[in-house]
Amino acid sequence: MPSRADSGEATATWALGDREWSSRLIVGTGGFRSLEQMERSLEASGAEIVTVALRRVDPLAQGSITDVIDRLGLFTLPNTAGCYTARDAVKTARLAREAFGTDWVKLEVIGDDRTLLPDAAELLVAAETLVGDGFTVLPYTNDDPILARRLEEAGCAAVMPLGSPIGSGAGIRNPYNIRIIVEQASIPVILDAGIGTASDASMAMELGCDAVLLASAVSRAADPELMAGAMRSAVVAGYAARRAGRIPKRTHALPSTPDEGLPDL
Amino acid sequence: MLNGEERELADGATVADAVVLAGAPDVERGIAVAVEGEVVPRAEWEDRVLADGEAIEVVHAVQGG
Repeated sequence: MPSRADSGEATATWALGDREWSSRLIVGTGGFRSLEQMERSLEASGAEIVTVALRRVDPLAQGSITDVIDRLGLFTLPNTAGCYTARDAVKTARLAREAFGTDWVKLEVIGDDRTLLPDAAELLVAAETLVGDGFTVLPYTNDDPILARRLEEAGCAAVMPLGSPIGSGAGIRNPYNIRIIVEQASIPVILDAGIGTASDASMAMELGCDAVLLASAVSRAADPELMAGAMRSAVVAGYAARRAGRIPKRTHALPSTPDEGLPDL
Repeated sequence: MLNGEERELADGATVADAVVLAGAPDVERGIAVAVEGEVVPRAEWEDRVLADGEAIEVVHAVQGG
């Protein structure tokens, strides 16, 4: 018999946009060394949603990421990676809608290329514009509870605060802020960026996030396929632990074995 | 300008011609075009005639987080 943590109880579906999803792990397709490795890793991750980027057509490119995604039956979530202004992000989202026939977008508006941190002011403007345009907007945002609230008020379908900078693998630097964002949000919270290893993904779920989005932690691992499976288990474990209700942290010990009936030897 | 490079197209060439010239491996799906920064829907590719000097971007999906 499977444990309750592995079975339906811990993997109850969740709503994002107008759809129900089983997997709480969203995987970015960037950074894999080959399409074959990406395909094996995506399969091992159990993810249902994967992100892609839009770039100029390269006549010399080998293989098609679209073919891989179709073969695995995954949902394509285009991003606006590389955009530094609301204007560019909005135009990129419109191109993505045309290319993929989806009005979902992972909205990224970056402040500079050293930190890849979101530009809050541009992000909010882009989010408002795209929501008005009918998009399902999933913004990559700072771990700022006030900005998260503003994005929710703007009509975003989720907020996706970072744990730490993109590709840094530094984990969740400010769990307090993530907890506040979760507490106040009435839309899904997806921890996006900064995950380095399985315990980071578990921590995101234990903090109450609805899902985790990661790319480099898997694609740049020494063994991406193995790490993809680890992340899948980590998200399930963290979500189960959250629902199970952890014990409070104490300064001193609390015996789990009773003192009564101790023999006098 | 096609994807940042100066290219020659015949007089009366359309967006559809530019997409072929850009060398997309699969023109049937997963591609979008912007002319002068504005999206041209696929249904209009055959009819949208390009003017001299217009900037055309032909994009498709690549790996990305």
